Amino acid sequence: MAVGKLTFTKAEREKLAEFLWLLNWISVLTGAILFGLGLFLKVEIQKRQEVMLEQGILYVPHMLITTGLVACAINFLGGKICLDCTDTNKFLRWKMVMMPYVVCTLVFTACVLAGAVMCYSISSQLEEALFLGLRNAMRYYKDTDTPGRCYLKKTLDLLQIQFQCCGNSGYRDWFQVQWVSSRYLDMNNSSVRDRLRSNVDRKYLMDGVPFSCCSTASPRPCIQQRLSDRSAHFNFDRQSQQLNLWRRGCRSALMEHYTQILQSIGLTVLLIWLFELLVLTGVRYLQTAMENVIRLGDPDSESEGWILENSLAETARSNFNIIKNLGKCYQGDDDDPNINIPSAATERELPSRCAHIPETS
Amino acid sequence: MAVLRLRFTKTKRDKLAQVLWILNWISVVTGVILFSLGLFLKVEINKRGELMAERDIQYVPNMLIAVGIIACAINFLGGKICYDCVDTTKFLRWKLIMLPYIICTFFFTFCVLVGALMCYSMHGELEESLNLGLAEAIRFYKDTDTPGRCFLKRTVDMLHIEFQCCGNNGYKDWFQIQWISNRYLDMSKKEVADRLRSNVEGKYLIDGVPFSCCNINSPRPCIQQQITNNSAHFNYEHQTEELNLWMKGCRQALLEYYTHIMQSIGLTVLITWLFELSVLTGVRYLQTSLENVLRQGDLDSESDGWLLENSFMETARTNLNIIKSLGKSNQIDTANNGDPNINVPSTSKAHYGPDNVPPNEIPEAS
Repeated sequence: MAVGKLTFTKAEREKLAEFLWLLNWISVLTGAILFGLGLFLKVEIQKRQEVMLEQGILYVPHMLITTGLVACAINFLGGKICLDCTDTNKFLRWKMVMMPYVVCTLVFTACVLAGAVMCYSISSQLEEALFLGLRNAMRYYKDTDTPGRCYLKKTLDLLQIQFQCCGNSGYRDWFQVQWVSSRYLDMNNSSVRDRLRSNVDRKYLMDGVPFSCCSTASPRPCIQQRLSDRSAHFNFDRQSQQLNLWRRGCRSALMEHYTQILQSIGLTVLLIWLFELLVLTGVRYLQTAMENVIRLGDPDSESEGWILENSLAETARSNFNIIKNLGKCYQGDDDDPNINIPSAATERELPSRCAHIPETS
Repeated sequence: MAVLRLRFTKTKRDKLAQVLWILNWISVVTGVILFSLGLFLKVEINKRGELMAERDIQYVPNMLIAVGIIACAINFLGGKICYDCVDTTKFLRWKLIMLPYIICTFFFTFCVLVGALMCYSMHGELEESLNLGLAEAIRFYKDTDTPGRCFLKRTVDMLHIEFQCCGNNGYKDWFQIQWISNRYLDMSKKEVADRLRSNVEGKYLIDGVPFSCCNINSPRPCIQQQITNNSAHFNYEHQTEELNLWMKGCRQALLEYYTHIMQSIGLTVLITWLFELSVLTGVRYLQTSLENVLRQGDLDSESDGWLLENSFMETARTNLNIIKSLGKSNQIDTANNGDPNINVPSTSKAHYGPDNVPPNEIPEAS
């Protein structure tokens, strides 16, 4: 009871082979696209690595890059095989390779699917990385004299201007870090000393934000200092407050940016996966049809092609037995009752060397 | 004494026609490039239309757009003509059109050159326009409640951030205008009232700049207020401080940007002009050699091609005479008998009709 059995005439086999040759070359292109998408994602993540704490998010673009390269190689080989399959003589060259090739391609297609799923599942890890990265960036904003952190101020300012955001979750995050370096604080000034003393950790905290938080859409000049005291500024009503600074937090702004990229990439990879699956199915039919033709002996006759020779349960059972026997081979045990159960698959495919170890050819 | 006479065999003529057909099609592509360059320049100028005072700078992109479209049309026609010139019988179709076509293309090529030169000469007008436009924009920065000017603040802020510049000539321009609207000034406060009173025109001037002038490269938090007061800020000296604000003026920044664009466009147009000139020369040679072949009668023989039949001076004189006589024929025709110019014999034979009688005896002409 074969799965998906179809009958192929000689003309149909040849057409299938030619069609698959074309599809394999298109798959090489899609493999290159996969590679390009992986590279693009890697570049995008590394562009903002200063505000992202590396938590192994780079495995996603790496996966896509390797899958893309493997896709190109596999489909290139597939194209050559399918081109030779139009001629039954040339097919004999590839007869031994085709079954491993189909199995490899099945495993590879599973990897493509895994890549697509990874694109969607990385979102929570990304948020965590951004949260920690932005928190550190804000903490070290003032350290423009420390090597390794001297460009963090510029990076964060550019980020806030470009993505129109302020702070981690909002502008109030700036009230909890000291973002004015002590080099620029006049310790002789009593108000400065008071403020430092009033804080437990001796940090200079104030209810002000850097200039890059200022919104360009505000109708009034930007108010950056004494933001919690509404009466300190003239006519600072609710609407002015809403428009004064960027309301969004940089974490959610960056998450939106990356989610958009990842969703588009994920969708593209899913489509590529479906395409690869289609090509794999075609190659499997071609392989079984050609093998049956050779078994029948007449190259011009009709033959059957299928996806699996027996039903799914039987195939799974026989493969499981093969793996068990392979395991037993390494132990040298030939008294296993499982070996002598006759089945259609095992008699043909089971290597007999396990029962005749001294007589290996 | 023809100018640059060359000899063409039949195969050379055919090859010339084919090469010119390809070159004409390449010229259509360069015409499209010219058109898109003009469009790009127009869009770039309109993008910052709010910052530019009304000056005649739109004529440069408009010229480029028009020249680009005409280039496509002329070279398309030229391609068709050259394609037909391979076959001498088909050439007869175009025989009468070719000379006007060449003259038109010559004038058009001249327009392309003018377009290229305009790109380089626009500089002065542009600077003037930017100077006035930016001064106005800075003056109306605070008027976010006045219709027609409410987005000027946003435009100026984005300009400062994008082009990394401040003010018209520099950040000190902001000290001379009131950029904080009266709506946000607390008139009941003493220092506000004092400052307003101390100014002749009652303007609230401060030595401060908007936030968009802040330099992101500065290692310290931005100092926007009391910029000239060294003692107001710790460890600060405004004379030596270069990283705090953007030092470049926006006029210079925009001028640099536009000059860069226009120099690239001008160079491309010059190269296009040289290409068009070479195509025109080829078409002229093709035209003269084919006409000579027809005059000789034998379609497979060699023929001469030239740029001008006589020397430059003679051609100029003949054309001038033609224009003069055209002018005279519009007036009352009494000059036939007395005008010495008409009866000067020239190399090209004048046909007076089947009788071949000079126009003196017009009443008897058929």
